[in-house]
Amino acid sequence: MRQALIPVLSVVAALIVIWYVAAVGLNSAWAYNKAERANVELNLSDLVKDTLSQEKPRLPAPHQVAIETWNTTVEKKITSKRSLVYHGWITLSSTLLGFAIGMSMGILLAVGIVHNRAMDISVMPWAIASQTIPILAIAPMIIVVLNSIGIQGLLPKAIISAYLSFFPVVVGMVKGLRSPDRMKLDLLKTYNATRAETFWKLRLPASVPYLFASLKIGIAASLVGAIVGELPTGAVRGLGARLLAGSYYGQTIQIWSALLSAAVLAALLVALINLVQQITLKRMGML
Amino acid sequence: MSLVILAMLIWGAAWFVNVRLADSSFAERRSIRLLVPTIFGLTIILMWELIVRGLDVPLVILPPPSLVIQTTSENLPILWKDFVQTFLKGALRGYLIGCTSAMLVAILVERYRFLRRGLLPVASFMAALPIIGTAPILVMWFGFDWHSKAAVVVVMVFFPMLINAVAGLRESSFIQQDLMRTYAANAWQTFFKLKLPVAMPFIFNGLKISTTLALIGAIVAEFFGSPIVGMGFRISMSIGQLALDMVWAEIVVAALAGSLFYGLITIIEKGVTFWHPSQRG
Repeated sequence: MRQALIPVLSVVAALIVIWYVAAVGLNSAWAYNKAERANVELNLSDLVKDTLSQEKPRLPAPHQVAIETWNTTVEKKITSKRSLVYHGWITLSSTLLGFAIGMSMGILLAVGIVHNRAMDISVMPWAIASQTIPILAIAPMIIVVLNSIGIQGLLPKAIISAYLSFFPVVVGMVKGLRSPDRMKLDLLKTYNATRAETFWKLRLPASVPYLFASLKIGIAASLVGAIVGELPTGAVRGLGARLLAGSYYGQTIQIWSALLSAAVLAALLVALINLVQQITLKRMGML
Repeated sequence: MSLVILAMLIWGAAWFVNVRLADSSFAERRSIRLLVPTIFGLTIILMWELIVRGLDVPLVILPPPSLVIQTTSENLPILWKDFVQTFLKGALRGYLIGCTSAMLVAILVERYRFLRRGLLPVASFMAALPIIGTAPILVMWFGFDWHSKAAVVVVMVFFPMLINAVAGLRESSFIQQDLMRTYAANAWQTFFKLKLPVAMPFIFNGLKISTTLALIGAIVAEFFGSPIVGMGFRISMSIGQLALDMVWAEIVVAALAGSLFYGLITIIEKGVTFWHPSQRG
C-alpha cells in the first residue's frame, strides 16, 4: 500500500499539471480575443491569470471546478435547486432502487438457470448476446413510453439502472453457483443432502466472491443508467440533467462539477461494496 | 383476447418442447444447443406480436415486431446513412484510436515499474467512473460532427483496454522470461515473441468489452448534439415524434451492428489465440 502511494500521488500530480497547462492552452484564444478588442498587450502572467479565471472557459481549471463544487454542495442549502447534493440524491436514489431491483432479479434468474436445464440452454445464450447490444440506446424510449402511460419520476430511471445491472449479476452469479467442483458436490451427495441443502450450504456460499465482483460492475452500470436516464426528461433534476443543462447554456464549470460529483458518487458506491465484500468474506473465512 | 390466450398456449407449448429437448439424451448435440435458444427467441417475438395485437396496445407504447420489420425495410437508405455516420465514422474510428493508444500506453506501463504502480490504480479507478458524462464537454470541443463522437469513444474504451492489456503483458511467468534471457533475446524480442502472444487472450477480452462501449458512446454522445443524421439523433428525434417503430428499427440496427462487431472480433480472436485452452475445447 505504501509502495503505491508515491507513484499514485505523482501520477495524479502530473495529471493536474497537464490539466492546468491544457486549460491555459485551450482558453488562450478567448483571452487573446478579449485583449485585442481592448487594445492591450498580453504578457504571459496576464494570460495565465485570465485563462484560469474565465467565466465560461473551454476547459475550466481544477481549482475553478473545486470551488464551484464546494459552493454548490456545502455552501448551498441541500433543498435548493442549485445544490449538487440535491441533484446527486435524485440520481443516487434511482441508482440504488434500480440496483436493488436488478440485483434481486439477476440472482433469481441465476438460481433458475443453475437448477433448470431448459432455462439454462434457452436463456443463457440470450443473456450473453444481449451484452453486445448497446442497451443504453433505448433508455430515452423507456423514459418517454413510461411517461406516456403515467409513470414518472424515480421508477423509469430505476428500470434502466436495473436493466443495466441485471446482466452482469446474472452472468457472474451463474459462474459462482457453478464454481463448486465435482468433489464437493459428491461429498454433499454422500451426506445425503437434498438439492435445497446443496444450494444453501455449498453453492450459495461458494458464489459470494463472484457475486461481489459482478456487483461492483453492476453498481457502476446502474449509475451510468440513471445519469443517461435523466437526459430525455427535459433536464429537470439529477446529475444527468445538470450535464445537459450545462451543455445547453455553455456552463462548462457546471458540467465539470456535475461530472466530478458523479465520479465521487461512483467511487463511493464501489468503495462501499468493496467494504461489504471485505467484511463478508472475512466473516465467512474466505479472506 | 383470444390472441392473448393463443400467445399463452404457444408459450406453454414452446416451453414444453424446450424442456423435453433439454432433458433428452441428445441435449449435448450442437444442433440442439442452437435449436433451444432459437425456439425461445422466436416464441418471445411471437408472444410480443400476439399480445400487442390482442390487447390493442397503442403504437406509441409498443409497436408489434411485424411493424418494426416493415419500418426497417422501408427506411433502409436512412438507416444506412445513420449507420455510416454513427458506426463507421464515429464508433469505429474512436475504437481504433482508443484501443491503439491504450496498447501503446500499456507497453510503457509494463516496462516501467513506477508507471505501473502509479498509473494502474488511477486507470482502474477511472474505468469505474461514468465516463459517458464527458460527452457534453467533448461535443463542445470537437463540434457536432463525428469527431466529437469518436473522441467520446476514445475516452470510453481507453481505460478498460489499458487494464486488460497490462494484465495480459504481465501474464508471462519468470521461468519463461528467464528462458528468453538464456536465448540472449533482447527486450524487443522478448516482447514480440513472448509477452505479446501470451497477452493476446487478455487483449482480445479488452477489445470485446470495448466493442459495446464504442457503440454506446457514439450513440449517447449524439444525444448531446449532432448533425441531422446518426443513430442517436434519429432515436431522440423519433421519440419526440412518438414514431416508436422508427426507434425500434434503429435499435434493431444497433443490435445487429453490436453483435456483428463482437462476432468479428471473436473470429479474429479464434485465429490469433488458437493455442489457448479456451479456444481448443
